[in-house]
Amino acid sequence: MSLTLQQRLNKRSRSRVGHERTNWWATGLLGICALAVLVPLFVTVSMAFKSAKQAVDGKAFSLPKPLSIEGFTEAWELVNFPRAFTISLLITLVAVVGAVLVASMASYAIHRNWDKRFYRFSFYYLLGAMFLPFPVLALSQVKLTGLFGLDNPAGVAILHVMFGLSFNVLLFTSFLRGLPGELEESARIDGASNWTTYWRIIFPLLAPMSATVAIFAFLGSWNDFMMPSLIIAEQADQTLPVVQQLFQTQFSNNYHVSFASYLMAMAPSVVAYLFTQRWVMSGLTQGAVKS
Amino acid sequence: MTLTSPAKPRSDSKRPMPTPPAKRRRFEATYLGFLVPALICFTIAITVPAAMGIFFSFTDSVGFGDYNLIGLANYAALFTDPAIIGAYSFTIGFALVTVLLTNALAFLLAVGLTAQIRARVALRTIFVMPMVISGIVIAYVFNFLFSNTLPTVGEYFGIEFLKSSLLSNPDLAWLSIVIVSAWQAIPSAMLIYIAGLMAIPYDLYEASSLDGASALGQLVHVTLPLMIGYIGINIIIGFKNFLGAYDVIVGLTNGGPGVKTRSIAMTIFTGFERGDYAYQMANATVFFIISLIIALLQLRLTNRGQAK
Repeated sequence: MSLTLQQRLNKRSRSRVGHERTNWWATGLLGICALAVLVPLFVTVSMAFKSAKQAVDGKAFSLPKPLSIEGFTEAWELVNFPRAFTISLLITLVAVVGAVLVASMASYAIHRNWDKRFYRFSFYYLLGAMFLPFPVLALSQVKLTGLFGLDNPAGVAILHVMFGLSFNVLLFTSFLRGLPGELEESARIDGASNWTTYWRIIFPLLAPMSATVAIFAFLGSWNDFMMPSLIIAEQADQTLPVVQQLFQTQFSNNYHVSFASYLMAMAPSVVAYLFTQRWVMSGLTQGAVKS
Repeated sequence: MTLTSPAKPRSDSKRPMPTPPAKRRRFEATYLGFLVPALICFTIAITVPAAMGIFFSFTDSVGFGDYNLIGLANYAALFTDPAIIGAYSFTIGFALVTVLLTNALAFLLAVGLTAQIRARVALRTIFVMPMVISGIVIAYVFNFLFSNTLPTVGEYFGIEFLKSSLLSNPDLAWLSIVIVSAWQAIPSAMLIYIAGLMAIPYDLYEASSLDGASALGQLVHVTLPLMIGYIGINIIIGFKNFLGAYDVIVGLTNGGPGVKTRSIAMTIFTGFERGDYAYQMANATVFFIISLIIALLQLRLTNRGQAK
């Protein structure tokens, strides 16, 4: 059987013998390209640690001297960071847990009853929304959430779960189709109820897919700007990305404060990414092939 | 690793064991409990607003209170409204340019990252990073770079068009949106290309290099034809996403200068401030139909890819 590039690369990294030499040209070129990613991030970090006196000239590439955290302390109070952070965190938490539980339970019901018309219909019904862009629904959702008293972070969290449902059901059902049926059957013979079978047998087996769904739900929810900015009526209840708007209208010359605030908004998702890279990367390719 | 008793014939179907009627009804109830609440919430959150939007697009509602059915008048007005035509032509043009730029760069990066390079993992980690950063926040960072840093650089090197802020230049402001949108979108396209490149059998490269093909020749005659399906998918996904552009534009130009860089999504959202809810719902419905056509194209392409 012929090897794919993937297998070849894996082999090479284990034994560094191959007759090909390192391509230094490509390495160098990629290194230069990486600057396009790193420079904006570097500017963010370096501006954030400047003192008020140094930041005011707006020089992006000067290093902070002396290192100062006054930007952080000021931003902390100015945008009421603890509050915005907590609200963002709660929305994200509900969105992640909801995405995994609601989608996996619905997918399991659909998968197990695929021979029944109602479940098949439900599957295509849920899938249909994958093609609905949020702007199309936004104004009507603003009206409805206002009506139900959900024009607040809770409403945003629910909408995040519902918007992700289409795609997540697609991912979970295709994963379920690939699972062996024996474990489940033996549980049933032992008299396990549906709930027990789902919770004790199926849910643990779904773990790799749940990880993928969870990390993308986290990134989508944590970074979302459009939905909270439209749905949440009370300015004091806004999420972390939305409160950053403050620096566009006021305090626009206090660069050390605004960048400290940007950095605090960015850091959690970057850190989460660094720890879950594997799932981010595999999840993305799965999604692309399925969607 | 089968846990069933050896006497039991192995069942091929994944359906549950036949159960006595009473028990089956109980099973059915749990399944419905798993699915129906989700369906109800989904209907209220997604289907009802969609139907509302389409219904109100045929009325003169301002968002609350009484309204009259006015047929297709909103749609007729859309096609002659310079604000709408401006937003559609800007958004579609921007999406086309950005999708081409994004895919060209993502493809080259993917080829680079699958070559025999050093520090592969570190480089890949860096290149994926923009994907996980909030669009609005990174747009604010670039906003600073475009309006403060670039003019300083332009001043220093005496480059005329950089001396004033890119964001307030009516002819070039769109370029800043292209750059930041591409910056954010490249990682996901790149990861898909990497997956595609990794699946190419290595023999093909060995055979073609025995035939004397250069590296560039291999890229054009071996890699590109095999990647065409991935390129198609990436272009359609990208185009669809860029059509909905919002965060990055808000963070950079907020639609300005004037309304030069106002996207379709931004015009829809003006529906409440200006009391033309019904009118913007007609706009949203048109936008939905366009998205649907693109989605159908995407489905056809994916199915063809799987059939191969």
